[in-house]
Amino acid sequence: MALLPGKGGKKRKGGKGTPTKSPGKKSSKHDDEEFEEVSEEEVPTAGGKKGRGNAVEKRGKKEVPQKAKGKRKAFPESDSDDDSDDEPEMEDDTSEEDEDEDAAMEMLGSTRELLGSDSDDEDYMEMDDDPKGLEFSDDGSESEEELDVEKRSRKIDAQRILDEKDAEAEMQLNIQGESDDFRLPTAEELEEESKGPPDLPKIQSRIKEIVRVLGNFKQLRAEGSDRGDYTKQLALDLASYYGYNEFLMNMFMQMFPVAEVVEFLEANETPRPVCLRTNTLKARRRELMDVLINRGVNLAPLGKWSKVGLVVYESKVPVGATPEYMAGHYMLQSASSFLPVMALAPQEKERIIDMAAAPGGKTTYIAGLMKNTGVIYANELKESRLPSLSANIQRMGVTNTIICNYDGRKLPGILGKNTADRVLLDAPCSGTGVIGKDPSVKVTKSGEDIVRCAFLQKELILAAIDMVDASSKSGGYIVYSTCSVLVAENEAVIDYALRKRDVKVVSCGLDFGRPGYTRFREHRFHPHVANTRRFFPHAHNMDGFFVAKLKKISNTIKTTPKEENEPEDTAVAEEPENGEAVSADEDSANTSAGSEDDEDVGSQKKTKASKKKQKKASIEQNGSGVAKKSAPAKERNGSLNGAKTDHKNAVKQKKPGKQDRTMDAGNVNPTKRTEEEESSERLKQKKAGKQNGTVYAGKATPTKHKKLKEEGPVRKKQKSIEQSEDGKKSLTPTKENTAAHAKRGGVDEVQKKRNYSPGGKVKQQFSSKKHLKSKTRRK
Amino acid sequence: MRPLDEDETTQVLEKLHKYVGSNLKHLIERQATDGLDSKPGGFCFRLHKQRVYYVSESIVRRATNIARDKLSSLGTCIGKFTKSAKFKLTVTCLDLLAAHAKYKIWVKPSAEMSFLYGNHVLKSGLARITDNTPQYQGVVVYSMSDIPLGFGLAAKSTADCRKLDPTDIVTLHQSDIAIAFPTLTIAEGTSRLLKRPPSLIPFFSQARLF
Repeated sequence: MALLPGKGGKKRKGGKGTPTKSPGKKSSKHDDEEFEEVSEEEVPTAGGKKGRGNAVEKRGKKEVPQKAKGKRKAFPESDSDDDSDDEPEMEDDTSEEDEDEDAAMEMLGSTRELLGSDSDDEDYMEMDDDPKGLEFSDDGSESEEELDVEKRSRKIDAQRILDEKDAEAEMQLNIQGESDDFRLPTAEELEEESKGPPDLPKIQSRIKEIVRVLGNFKQLRAEGSDRGDYTKQLALDLASYYGYNEFLMNMFMQMFPVAEVVEFLEANETPRPVCLRTNTLKARRRELMDVLINRGVNLAPLGKWSKVGLVVYESKVPVGATPEYMAGHYMLQSASSFLPVMALAPQEKERIIDMAAAPGGKTTYIAGLMKNTGVIYANELKESRLPSLSANIQRMGVTNTIICNYDGRKLPGILGKNTADRVLLDAPCSGTGVIGKDPSVKVTKSGEDIVRCAFLQKELILAAIDMVDASSKSGGYIVYSTCSVLVAENEAVIDYALRKRDVKVVSCGLDFGRPGYTRFREHRFHPHVANTRRFFPHAHNMDGFFVAKLKKISNTIKTTPKEENEPEDTAVAEEPENGEAVSADEDSANTSAGSEDDEDVGSQKKTKASKKKQKKASIEQNGSGVAKKSAPAKERNGSLNGAKTDHKNAVKQKKPGKQDRTMDAGNVNPTKRTEEEESSERLKQKKAGKQNGTVYAGKATPTKHKKLKEEGPVRKKQKSIEQSEDGKKSLTPTKENTAAHAKRGGVDEVQKKRNYSPGGKVKQQFSSKKHLKSKTRRK
Repeated sequence: MRPLDEDETTQVLEKLHKYVGSNLKHLIERQATDGLDSKPGGFCFRLHKQRVYYVSESIVRRATNIARDKLSSLGTCIGKFTKSAKFKLTVTCLDLLAAHAKYKIWVKPSAEMSFLYGNHVLKSGLARITDNTPQYQGVVVYSMSDIPLGFGLAAKSTADCRKLDPTDIVTLHQSDIAIAFPTLTIAEGTSRLLKRPPSLIPFFSQARLF
């Protein structure tokens, strides 16, 4: 057994992870500590005092004479030495064993002395060879007094003890030998395993081993296997041990560090404690506590963060069957379901919409916080869940709720856009946070399911945002929550909402919980997503949950960044190339009839200045108006449309007061402004020329002076174009020019003629847009 | 959703009058401060899908834009019209009745569960009764901790109650809060209920409606 000391030391560590079959479990830990010391010492001093095998003999010989001198004193030291050297596993065993050893050695020593024959020498030699390397004392005086029989019996006992220790040591070494060289199972082994039912203890030990290796990868790795192999095997093992499908297991392994994954999975095996919520409309928490305790329910307040929550530890009576429950004094609800309503913080006399209300726990909580004032629209898609929702609402004594049965995506059309003060969206999700309640999630959820869920959630959150009135006096908030821990359903949806609507993520008001991820694998989310909160079963002892609170800044609808770029480019491109043509078009468009145009014209006339500003802003954004000609015709059209609608956005934003008219629920007839807005929205949507209203609006103002500058080169160029053309269709022959020209159907000439008017400058401004507008309308 | 017509209104009010008596005036003319408007409106009855709802006016207005087949419920449902056009009160009306009830009966804790199982209240379970309760008067049944448990009919007047044997019926059971949870009566005592709330069977599909 020539074992390298260094390796041995680490072996000892391995002893921790493995399910030690030997009784000396604790000792292994101690062994590590002590052995480390030993190993350090051992390495520099080759064949030093504390050696094994051959070294033992030397030491034994060396130390025997020493011991002869100082018997008793030497013993403890040497014993400890011996122990640490040779029997690390036995070391810190109960002192009995040490005593046994001492006794054994004493006995042996004494017997040797007494018998002092070859046989003893043989014994001595055996013991010498024995890795334990016992040392013998010379207790001659004592042994003489003992009888032969006693001595022999003692000798036999001692030998037995030594044998036992030997055996244990070997076993330990064997175990450590196994764990020391932990290597991933080969393909053959895996095949064998997969044939029969999964060997759970084996898998569990392997899981622990891999976690250990991954924890200290540099030192513990086996040659030839990289981190990926280990993680892959771990994923397979965890999946088979806990019963998950591959997809979910990979998702969890991506989300958590290795040790935490195991904790999370363990936490999912057991259900979270049952919680109640006091119905503040009918009862107070303290009174309810007293009553329930009298009935025999063992409960306690939920925590500092909730004034209405109670957690049930155990109960003699069924908690869902007490007269108090039936009278609606409390509701059985999981602790995590309190959170979105607490984040929503509904005020009295507000208009609240709960888009996915069944079975009604959150709705009734909202009503309680509002004290039955205001109005709550409780919507539920599935008819089969409506009775439970209705029953809960009636039971809890909620009177301000209207229950309807719509698809959440269509709600804005029914209840009105920009009408609600607050909206709660507890979105339908994959349920990966509540695996404790519903273990079927482990196997049924696949990548497609998640993608479908996420798609639905994105639609729903946009609908939710659309329903909220940004200019509400007390509200303007949306709370989005799911009972899922996957990033695709949580942060990704919030990020999407941030891109599509003018909202921002605000703090939830919950001081516990982990912040949402702003980076996850290849995703990079908006930094404000860190204001969202995540909850995990293993960390917070409640169901996995995600809560996000959004504040609606304005009622505009954003365009995607791609579309934003287009208008900038194309607007710029238009100006220098076809200033005249453009202006002519605009004039024509100005004069032409059409409801949209009328409104546009009207709005244009009202806010000419802002329009100019916007235009120049768009030019400015691209640096020099002249330079960029590269945008193809289509984009140009779309962009200018966008620019126009952009202008409408500006109009909208300038007159927020008028929007208030739409807030009245019974107001069937929207105001003119809203008509305009709607039509402009329709336009936008038609031509997909959505823009970021805020960007343009923001930049609209400071460009007055630059406008003049810009016009200089533009005008010059136009002049040159005019001169060069002389009736010819082609302008300065660039690709875009020709393409655009062709598209426009060669209208330039006519329009150019029109543009020869003295007031060309102004007209150009308008014409550029109008021209394109008419172009697109033709399409 | 529509307001009740005359016949329907008389039926509803008669029924309510049985339990609430002269307090009916208070019930109808209650001021509703829960609306979004600063001025409090009143309450009104609305009929929707054969069910009668007692709602504040502001909420009624808000519900007008929801389609008829999509509207499930609003405010408090107090009862329904049966197929033979008779009006029956449901237990969801209990809160309203309890707030305005004239004649009340308190039941001993020992008899609570019995009443919730649907049995009539016996003399032995009777703890208190309001004075001068006429016979066959509608009464609201309370537990000793003033939780309304249901409503029923007083089988005997207050004076007669004193002369009764312990096993004589004092109150005829009509409806109680446990009607919403029929599974409870079967599964009471199982630990499963600790973990999950009882499945709520639709209120309105039950037989016992008055």
